[in-house]
Amino acid sequence: MSATTVHGHAAHAEHEHHDLGFIRTYVFSTDHKMIAKQFLFLGLFMLIIGGALALVVRWQLAWPETPVPGLSLILTETGGIIEPPHYNMAFTMHATIMIFFVVMPILVGSFGNFLIPLQIGARDMAFPTLNMLSFWTTFSAGLIILAGFFVPGGHAAAGWTSYAPLSSVTAYTGVNWGQNLWCISLFIMGVGSMMGSINYITTIINMRAPGMSLFRMPLALWSLFITAILLLLALPVLTSAAAMLLFDRTLGTNWFNPSQGGEPLLWQHLFWYFGHPEVYILILPAMGIASEVLPVFCRKPIFGYHAMAFSMIGIAFLSWVVYGHHMFVSGMNPTLGLTFTITTMIIAVPSAIKTFNWLGTLWGGRITFPPPMLFALGFVSMFVIGGLSGIFMASTPVDIYIQDTYFIVAHIHYVVFGGSIMGAFAAIYFWFPKMFGRLTNNALGHVHFWLTIVAFNVTFFPMHIIGVGGQMRRIYNPLQYEFLQHQQHWNVIMTVGAIVLGFSQIIFAVNFLWSLFKGAKAPTNPWNANTLEWSAPSPPPHLNWGPKIPTVYRGPYEYSAPESKDDFLPQWQPATTGAPAGRH
Amino acid sequence: MLNWWLPENVATFGDEIDWLFHLIYWITGITFLLVAVTFLAFLFIYRDRPGRRARYTHGSTPLEIAWTVAPTLILVVLTFLSLPAWSRIKMSMPQTDFVVQVRAKQFNWEFTYPGADGKFGTPDDKTFLDEMHVPTDKPVRINLGARDVIHSFFVPQFRFKQDAVPGREIAAWFEVKKPGKYEAPCAELCGFGHSGMKAWVFAHSGADYDQWAAENLKGDAAPAAAESKPADAKPTTTEEKAKR
Repeated sequence: MSATTVHGHAAHAEHEHHDLGFIRTYVFSTDHKMIAKQFLFLGLFMLIIGGALALVVRWQLAWPETPVPGLSLILTETGGIIEPPHYNMAFTMHATIMIFFVVMPILVGSFGNFLIPLQIGARDMAFPTLNMLSFWTTFSAGLIILAGFFVPGGHAAAGWTSYAPLSSVTAYTGVNWGQNLWCISLFIMGVGSMMGSINYITTIINMRAPGMSLFRMPLALWSLFITAILLLLALPVLTSAAAMLLFDRTLGTNWFNPSQGGEPLLWQHLFWYFGHPEVYILILPAMGIASEVLPVFCRKPIFGYHAMAFSMIGIAFLSWVVYGHHMFVSGMNPTLGLTFTITTMIIAVPSAIKTFNWLGTLWGGRITFPPPMLFALGFVSMFVIGGLSGIFMASTPVDIYIQDTYFIVAHIHYVVFGGSIMGAFAAIYFWFPKMFGRLTNNALGHVHFWLTIVAFNVTFFPMHIIGVGGQMRRIYNPLQYEFLQHQQHWNVIMTVGAIVLGFSQIIFAVNFLWSLFKGAKAPTNPWNANTLEWSAPSPPPHLNWGPKIPTVYRGPYEYSAPESKDDFLPQWQPATTGAPAGRH
Repeated sequence: MLNWWLPENVATFGDEIDWLFHLIYWITGITFLLVAVTFLAFLFIYRDRPGRRARYTHGSTPLEIAWTVAPTLILVVLTFLSLPAWSRIKMSMPQTDFVVQVRAKQFNWEFTYPGADGKFGTPDDKTFLDEMHVPTDKPVRINLGARDVIHSFFVPQFRFKQDAVPGREIAAWFEVKKPGKYEAPCAELCGFGHSGMKAWVFAHSGADYDQWAAENLKGDAAPAAAESKPADAKPTTTEEKAKR
């Protein structure tokens, strides 16, 4: 469906909406906003499973081989005691689910779908049917990944990185269909993601409202645009690798099997060639969200808009040439370690630029602290820690020691939880009124934030310490090692933190569900924000705006501009006579 | 201040690694403090108060240049401090006549010594399970391989780590400065027995090592380790393939 056709239908927006019937409106919907909600619910549901698996892992590390309360209902034969196969399965599926079925669906699937048409001033995505297919493909991949828990031999247990030949030869773990389903699920997820990314890129390039030049786009759109390009180029590599792994396992090929002339390191090269851009796929949308939320609650333009956009472009380019830092001690030619050190050090620069610009945005602002702002600030502060700890790994000699230890686990959780998940919470609190037409509860949001940020740091900061102490990741029982005995108390502290962190999310769930049905009705622009989505009704109707789509007159961050008496000047508001046009 | 984080280092290149670790620790630590203090100060100073309007600014080019150049310079310096150390540790091999063949398998380490003839693959090779003996103050070369899946030979107190990859043999080295008994866990997930897969590395001073070698490596003397399996010393098909 071309843009013109969609616009032509605008007058019938309301009418069409009611004609579609329940199935086409709520299930097989082609409306980007409904698809966004579907992705959000998928991601939040999977978050519960991924979180529960994390608690299983943490319990075992703190109190090894003691029964987990309640787990005896599932692990009847062991009375609730986690055994190594359960443990390896738990950390493997925790990471797989969190990365592919929580963070990607929420940040990219949900907020990509919700924000792209609304912020560029389009009535829907360029390919609405493809968009629907993208969700249902991802949903099927989610069902398949869950099915893996019920097959004989258990689910995949070779780590989310699934290094061959541990993952490619059944005899090494005894896991058969679990690993096959892992491959099949990621393959299907990859196809779904490809559909989404093509759609995002096409929509942003072709369907921007009059006046919405690239450099008048909100930074959230820049981040989603760049993320979509990374997705389009990176995910097919994983998709292909998952197929190769499945063929090794089921069709007798030997891509990765050394005893038949295959090469185990080929898997690592393919995996990390996808895997490092993937890390930026997870964090870039959160950066965009923070850049959206901070100016609104500082009542001030984002500091260094162009620097922010170009640093994201820089990150995107560099993300292709840093992946080897995951393989410094893998047996890859050590000379390559030199080049990957240089590129990895360089990629820290754009992240530093972004951090300083966020600080610059706070400088001189008029800062208020509602829940979305708290989570955006949480994102910035935790991302600083995650970014700085990355420098240790960039230094190859230091990486020799900390590779495969909890220091790495700490780093990834500061980036993906402290970064991406905090960003996701900021986004949910910020756009909830637009998405569902209702306001969330402010007090519950504050309690949720403070419990989350404190418990998060109790859970993950000590991982740096025990990692430097040498504790390896993915071990079942630290007490099997003499040199780790003295730091076991940290494992207990972290697990207590993790339990509090997990149960704090109940507050979020209560707030989310209560607000969904009982929250106060949201006005059109509850935060007095400038970007186009706030010109549409809350929630926006089918095709988003009435007969006329908005025209864009200025950049997205004209807060406290001198030409306006208010402290905001929306993108869609025509310039008053004689007043200078916006800066962007 | 931080030495209680890191286990005691007893190998030669460990000093370089620890020095870099501490350097990065101080750089990132100070950066973090500066950012955190600025962040909290801004949140406090610029909190919403009645009658004040936010400063209308889109940024500052001199500041952008400053905070692009400053981290770049620091990172360039770190890069050029890291590269030579990496090159010394992983890209060069000191002259040594002390070679041990290390083979990882689910879930043990096998350490093979060449025996009296100084050659591997001959009947007098001696193999020890989960137990390695090395002299101090002498570079030890290990030829690292794996019989099934990928493992990683990690000796925390040597700051040594190298993955063992089936299908290839990777040469690596370390030099121990202090006699003692050091734990060597597997650091790469290798299956359900991964946790607890570990060896002990015994570092003996010169005369002590000679005595151990005389008792355990020479002639037909039975290896000290009760569970050692000399029969396993023959390379598997996998490794023969890899050598071709």
